[in-house]
Amino acid sequence: MVNWPLEIVRAVLLTVAVFTFMAVVGAMFGVLLERKVGGWIQSRLGPKHVGPQGLLQTVADTIKLLQKEHIEPRAADRAIFNTAPLVVAVAGLMSWVVIPFGTLGDRVLVVRDLNIGVVFFAAMASLTVVGILAGGFASNNKYALLGGLRSASQMISYELPLAMALIAVAMEAGTLSTVGIVEAQAGWFGSFAFRQFPAFVIFLIAATAEVNRVPFDLPEAESELVAGYFSEYTGMRFALFQLGEYGEMFAMAAMATTLFLGGWKGPVLPGVVWFLLKMYLIVFLLMWVRWTYPRYRLDQLLNLSWKVLLPAGLVWILITGYRVTF
Amino acid sequence: MGQLAAFIILSVVTLVAAVVVVASQNIVRSALSLIPTLLGIAGIYILLQAEYVAGIQVLIYAGAITVLILFVIMLTEHGTGARFRQVNEQVLPGTIAVAVLAALLMAVFFGTAWPRPAGALPQYSATAIGVTFLTNAILVFVVTSFVLLIALMGAIVIARRER
Repeated sequence: MVNWPLEIVRAVLLTVAVFTFMAVVGAMFGVLLERKVGGWIQSRLGPKHVGPQGLLQTVADTIKLLQKEHIEPRAADRAIFNTAPLVVAVAGLMSWVVIPFGTLGDRVLVVRDLNIGVVFFAAMASLTVVGILAGGFASNNKYALLGGLRSASQMISYELPLAMALIAVAMEAGTLSTVGIVEAQAGWFGSFAFRQFPAFVIFLIAATAEVNRVPFDLPEAESELVAGYFSEYTGMRFALFQLGEYGEMFAMAAMATTLFLGGWKGPVLPGVVWFLLKMYLIVFLLMWVRWTYPRYRLDQLLNLSWKVLLPAGLVWILITGYRVTF
Repeated sequence: MGQLAAFIILSVVTLVAAVVVVASQNIVRSALSLIPTLLGIAGIYILLQAEYVAGIQVLIYAGAITVLILFVIMLTEHGTGARFRQVNEQVLPGTIAVAVLAALLMAVFFGTAWPRPAGALPQYSATAIGVTFLTNAILVFVVTSFVLLIALMGAIVIARRER
């Protein structure tokens, strides 16, 4: 029998912990890392003045954003306008529920080891688009609306290849639980990055598109859409969009670590350290791509998804099925 | 106790959002209210220990179908204007039809004995669902797949002809 009051207290505490982790490690440190890596790739210095080597820059930016006025456009749909950033942030947060961070003694550090972990992750990733579309619509601004529509077509197209990659991994591991998938991998040749290499590539490309990053950042293209769906947002609600976006990006990196790089497993160092190392490796890869490649056109973007990634994913599922069965 | 409370909360969320879906004058709000409705139903699936169905419900219905509906609304002329109002002219016939349907359904629900099948629920329903699809329910599964495939091909044919 479930002890309901205890479960609710646990849920609240874990939510606070995960949200803090996401806000600090994901959004704040992520933005700083993004600017530093971008500076390094483009032979600049990046933020340097606030704190030692600019370490406190994002903290200062966050405090600034918290103080800003919250502006609602007069013609905006108020209820939807105010709710949309929350949907994006909460969906980004929920993805973290199924991600195992490491081990402590015999226990696996995971908020909840759901037996449908992978399906849950895909479901939460697909909810983000609702917030983006609603925010773009409610702003009553043509650029915001265009950004929202582009985001919807993009995320719907790339959810399918993402799901194909997840299905292939779940087939080989024989379980949908994220902890089970980590336990099915061992060593270099046992990791799914090796055994499921095509799925790994498909997952990385689709994940980049799913979190709207360059070269797939059409929904928020600064130069054509003045930042797209969140151009009317100010202050804390803008920060919530940013938080959701970086939280989602780190969740994708964490999921890639869990599914393909063997999660917390590794020699000598404790599991949590390995997990963070691998996650930041993927995050660095995403940033590297962002500062290196130009943006795709919308038709190229949709062609890549429907004509390349989706057939490749289907063929790989067939091959995986053959390998698993025979 | 806890289960009852969870069921009541989920039902209230589902029903209130469902009323907004049919009663709102703004078509985008109607479409957006579908999401809490579908999420509430997913919650009820979880209470019934059908967590795989709940996950798929969120992924397909709340995440994909609602977005498609919103997408289509926003591509039409009126959808993008927040000022556009839609009015239902058949409120009275609609209410009567719903009341009759509700009475019939409740009569059926309270009149049935609902016998409980023996045995425990499987721990891991995803495997059980997959096995059922490929053994006992294979005909339904294949026919549904063909219907979906034909619908897809039909959509492509219609879209091509307009060029």
